Amino acid sequence: MSEFLQHIANTLILGGTYALLGIGLTLIFGIMRVVNFTHGELYTFGAYFVFLVVSVLGLNFLLALPVAIAAGLLLGAVIEFLLLRPMRDSDIDTTMLVMIGAMIVMQNSEQLIWGGVAKSVSTPFPETPLVIGPVSVSYLRVFVLAMALLLIAATYILINRTKLGKAMRATFQDRDTASLMGVNVQAIYTATFAIGSSLAAAGGALLGPAYVISPHMGDIASLKAFAIVILGGLGNITGATLGGFILALAEELGAGYVSSGYRDAMGFLIIIAVLLIKPTGLFARAERIG
Amino acid sequence: MSRSRVLAGAAILAVLTGTAVAQESIKIGVNEPLTGPFAASGTYVVNGARIAADEINGKGGILGKKIELVIEDNKSNPTEAAAVTEKLVTRDKVPVIMGAWGSSLTLASMPKLMEYQVPMLVETSSSGKITTSGNPYIFRISPPSSVEAAAFKPMVPKMTIKKVDFLVINNDWGRGAAEDFGKMLKSENIQVGLVETMDQSAQDMSAQLAKIKASDADTLMVTTAVEQLTLVLKQAAALGMKKQIITTGGSQNPDQLIAQAGTAANGTIHLATFAPWQPDSTPNPEAAKYFIGEWKKRGFDFPGVTESFRGYDGIRTIAAAIQKAGKPEPEAIRAAFWTVDVKGLNGDIKFQKQGPAGKESGQSVPNVYLIKIDDGKVVVPTM
Repeated sequence: MSEFLQHIANTLILGGTYALLGIGLTLIFGIMRVVNFTHGELYTFGAYFVFLVVSVLGLNFLLALPVAIAAGLLLGAVIEFLLLRPMRDSDIDTTMLVMIGAMIVMQNSEQLIWGGVAKSVSTPFPETPLVIGPVSVSYLRVFVLAMALLLIAATYILINRTKLGKAMRATFQDRDTASLMGVNVQAIYTATFAIGSSLAAAGGALLGPAYVISPHMGDIASLKAFAIVILGGLGNITGATLGGFILALAEELGAGYVSSGYRDAMGFLIIIAVLLIKPTGLFARAERIG
Repeated sequence: MSRSRVLAGAAILAVLTGTAVAQESIKIGVNEPLTGPFAASGTYVVNGARIAADEINGKGGILGKKIELVIEDNKSNPTEAAAVTEKLVTRDKVPVIMGAWGSSLTLASMPKLMEYQVPMLVETSSSGKITTSGNPYIFRISPPSSVEAAAFKPMVPKMTIKKVDFLVINNDWGRGAAEDFGKMLKSENIQVGLVETMDQSAQDMSAQLAKIKASDADTLMVTTAVEQLTLVLKQAAALGMKKQIITTGGSQNPDQLIAQAGTAANGTIHLATFAPWQPDSTPNPEAAKYFIGEWKKRGFDFPGVTESFRGYDGIRTIAAAIQKAGKPEPEAIRAAFWTVDVKGLNGDIKFQKQGPAGKESGQSVPNVYLIKIDDGKVVVPTM
């Protein structure tokens, strides 16, 4: 029983992480219909940025977080402006190739600048775990979960309750009409990509210190993020959040009670099942067409 | 003869000798992971190899020629490792290769060695299969898991171990280690419990560790490289795991663990293949001191020494074989490997026959040390 409770606690901690990875991608991939292969690299960028601010400049981790998120926002805007804007009307394959190229350039730059040896960041949280009955978790991971939920809520409000969110939804539903209604379509594209990027950077900034920071850390992160977005339904923030927790639960219970060798396969088994039964994702709403 | 003719002749002669000088280097292929999950370790090994090459060339090279390392990145990927081996042999025409760090990377390269009949010195891999599958082009200086397990055997009764769980990287290296150590422990009447695996790029092992935490074993043996090991130790501490943790494999870089896992590394025990903390007590103190000094002089970080020394020893062993062969040709080097006796940083490097008769691989038997991390420091417990 205590093992089961620990698995559930792990699921919550890991699920928060996965949800955070998923929402940034669901914004860009789901709403903009840009297959963002740089997602994992923006995540890595956030992690290295925190390392830079904490270990090189000597500032506090809590202070480094917002700085890294802002840097992610800026980098996202630059990528959109330089790479995606000129490709606006080209087909999805062309954009995908450009993004794969960007990913390769970013990953190799990270390795060139920081080297292959992993880095770690110290945080103000104690190294001894938080113990509640039979369950034990690290304070840092609890903080990461809280921050993830906060960022998810903020994104939800941004998309559904603000004027910018309304303009974003309008733009991706029907660009021409939105433009005729006075929406600055170009600015909306840049803003959406920048916000999605800042969420990826936030994920890296929060998880870099929990794991270790290395140039290839984004590979597995983006793989999980794509899985979560497909699971939750494209562009669906709630879906990505729940998808993150479902993937975490499948991995935990799969590794705990079936076999750790199939841990990563569990998530993909679920995705295959979802695609067979409900191809638009578990939580997809009816989409307005035209 | 007119003056201009003499000049032209001299010029031609200069060009000819120029090319002759350029050709006077002996190429050694180096097939290591410089990107991907094992980038840090592969880079350490390559830097160790460079120190050996510079040392040898500084003393005039071998057979009167300089050695030249042709370094290629196998991207921590077995398919790439095989491609790199093929490229080194067919395009660069190297007569001998050092590689390929990971067991799966080495195993993927091995059929290519058979195909092109070029010998490879294996510097790091520890899967037993490498030397027992009947590949006569393999010469290994790192200990296979069975040698590590055998070295650990006499220490076991002096420790308090009743039942052991395993958490290993899910590849030839990790699974081989669980098998070899499991066999040895059973022969010592120690029970073997869970054998859990982790993907080589996995970052979250909490699920496996939660299961292990709930088991009745008192000891956890972990086999993986330093980055993943850091995560395992941190996550085990976060779960409040109280079991004794012993790591194997020789890629633990204890100083990096102390720096990155912090207090989570305290109390952990590691089977290491080089103990640079006390160079005077290593088998060849002078060579060890020279290597550590040179490593520091080049500005590399000290924790890498436990990994990079294998690159250094590997290239020196290859150079010794080429010297004995008398010519930089694959078959002559292969034959010469059987006769080398090199003062390695971790004991004498001499190859013994292993594997099916008639097509044996070479295996050198290095020392294995047991070290412990206590209060943020590496200590060598006396047993």
